[in-house]
Amino acid sequence: MIKKFIYLEWKAFTRSASFGTNLAMKILIGFLMAYFSLVFIAIGVGAFYVLKKMKLEPLVTVNQFLIYYFLLDLLIRLMMQGIPVLNIRPLLVLPFKKPTIVHFSLGKTALSFFNWVHALFFVPFSIVLILEGYDVTSILLWNLGVFALIYINNFLNIILSNIDKLFVVFVGLLLGLGAAQYYKLFDITLFTTPFFHGLYASKILFLIPVIVLIGLYVFTFKYFKNNLFLDAGLSKKEDIATTENLSWLNQFGTLGTFLKNDIKLIKRNKRSKTTILMSFIFLFYGLIFFGNSHQPPVMHIFAGIFVSGGFLFVFGQFVPSWDSSYYQLMMTQNIPYRGYITSKWWLVVIATFVSTILASFYLFYGLETYLTIVVGAIYNIGVNSHLVLLGGAFTKTPIDLSSSSGAFGDKKAFNVNAMLLTLPKLLLPLLLYWTGLHFGDKTLGLALVAGAGVLGFIFRNKVFSIIEKRYKVEKYSTILAYKQKN
Amino acid sequence: MIQVNQLSKTYNETTVLNINNLEIPKGQSFGLVGNNGAGKTTFFSLLLDLIQPSTGNIINNDIQVNSSENWKSFTASFLDESFLIGYLTPEEYFYFIGDLRHQNKADVDALLAQHEEFFNGEILKNKKYLRDLSKGNQKKVGIIATLIGNPEVIILDEPFANLDPTTVSRLKKIIKELADNPNVTVLVSSHDLQHTVEVCDRIVALNKGEVVKDIQTSKETLQELEAFFAV
Repeated sequence: MIKKFIYLEWKAFTRSASFGTNLAMKILIGFLMAYFSLVFIAIGVGAFYVLKKMKLEPLVTVNQFLIYYFLLDLLIRLMMQGIPVLNIRPLLVLPFKKPTIVHFSLGKTALSFFNWVHALFFVPFSIVLILEGYDVTSILLWNLGVFALIYINNFLNIILSNIDKLFVVFVGLLLGLGAAQYYKLFDITLFTTPFFHGLYASKILFLIPVIVLIGLYVFTFKYFKNNLFLDAGLSKKEDIATTENLSWLNQFGTLGTFLKNDIKLIKRNKRSKTTILMSFIFLFYGLIFFGNSHQPPVMHIFAGIFVSGGFLFVFGQFVPSWDSSYYQLMMTQNIPYRGYITSKWWLVVIATFVSTILASFYLFYGLETYLTIVVGAIYNIGVNSHLVLLGGAFTKTPIDLSSSSGAFGDKKAFNVNAMLLTLPKLLLPLLLYWTGLHFGDKTLGLALVAGAGVLGFIFRNKVFSIIEKRYKVEKYSTILAYKQKN
Repeated sequence: MIQVNQLSKTYNETTVLNINNLEIPKGQSFGLVGNNGAGKTTFFSLLLDLIQPSTGNIINNDIQVNSSENWKSFTASFLDESFLIGYLTPEEYFYFIGDLRHQNKADVDALLAQHEEFFNGEILKNKKYLRDLSKGNQKKVGIIATLIGNPEVIILDEPFANLDPTTVSRLKKIIKELADNPNVTVLVSSHDLQHTVEVCDRIVALNKGEVVKDIQTSKETLQELEAFFAV
């Protein structure tokens, strides 16, 4: 029976629309995965000696930070780890036992990248510990406990992913705990370290996470099994619709028509709504770089671009895929292509502008820092906004907006490909800024980046013509690709 | 109105459509019948420049559809649900299409009022997004949306499928009214011979991409077609 499932999964994987077209992307991801695996292993091996050098007891120190490790892990999972959806509906009436279907769905999640990636750190770390003379049995039990906790996160993610607001709660919790510890108000690790260290020190404490894991699995299993009906877990959530006129946009003519539609698109679909949240998080990206003397100054422009460009990167990247489900309609309506592209461009520009205003809290770090962000915004508006639209002509991955199904629905909005596509858009300003720094000072660097932005803005019409032409050339293959959404 | 020249579409050496010459005069109501895979949807997709012809071309009111986009201003179509915007309410969808065809809200409202019976109280003011409507109700929205802005060419692919019997007879009435208008050319495809015969002046049957019958509708048409498709 399981064989049949694996057969189906394999077919689904190899025949998905994105598999063929994005082979280059898959290879790139493969390289990145290999790279990060090596980094993880290196950290696992090196952590012991580095901590030792810092005159800290390695195992205790690791145990101290495990609470943050697990919280962060859960957060990343909530954001990125999709719930593998078996195509369950057609299986219900076939001679499969329900428990088999559920066990397989859950079992599949256990093999996820998000679980085994941890082994890359913990296994080498443990081997070093054993080689350094720690008790073998205790280390093994400690590992058992840690992996039970990792899998607890795995199943928590499955159960919790249906609750939208939880993500924000966890971000708040993590930031709050971190801040409290940093300012020495409250140190959670004082309470959690004895437990994590107990996994090693006592021979029975590991049973707690293992038992919790078993309990959680049983709970998840029952929850899914009970929801395995068309009108329960497999049902579509229907929203109560409200008609909005947004008539104040009428004054902008065709542009207003499209903007109205885009606003509704963002507001009413889970996937696009997440982009707003993401662009908000991007606002704080600069905190890593500014006021941090460990980062090379050339990275400041990197942050400058990111702070205002969140929306550009997470939404703009997928134009026109947002309209993929009704692309045929768009292609048969009385629509000038240019009007369509222009409206998307305005949307990105408005969002960049708003982000720049919101980012004014960076003035706290001084005028120069904020200036970097403004320059980043100019570059985003002048150059990157065109680049994402141009890239859009080649993005032929349809977006299924309506994937708001019940317990089995895959609702993850964020994907790795999106992040990869942003890299080229960052290298050019980085190069310009570096040139400026190298041959002059900061001001020259900023001027070069801003200049590139202004130039892009001046030649806007020319660039739009190129983009328009590209979209027309790609029209038929785009329509074809968007048809294969299922 | 519509002139088809040497049109063919080939996928991997399989010809799915091959029409040498076909002329649809202005004001005609044109029915396209055929089995699955006969090339009905392919023909409509070519007419709407959604796919590229392998050879030949289609001229819609003096405009060659794959070289100019000007046909879009007088052509309206509904092929399938991918012509609907799922996250809009029906009203918003109608106004959106209205905006694109330069109709104001009042024009659209007038048209909707005219077709209230067709909607059967299941479409307007129902607090549902299009994605949550049933297939049949989605179809109703798509069909009425093609009427916005008085288009001269209306293309409907399988309009009768998925509709309940009452709605089918109401839809027939709507199409007949359109057919009576000498300025409107209606193109309808269907599997249902009887419905097509009832609403169309002329019927073309396709089989494996070739025109196999081209008849002006008369009393004997239905029998003739049934005899042709009965094997």
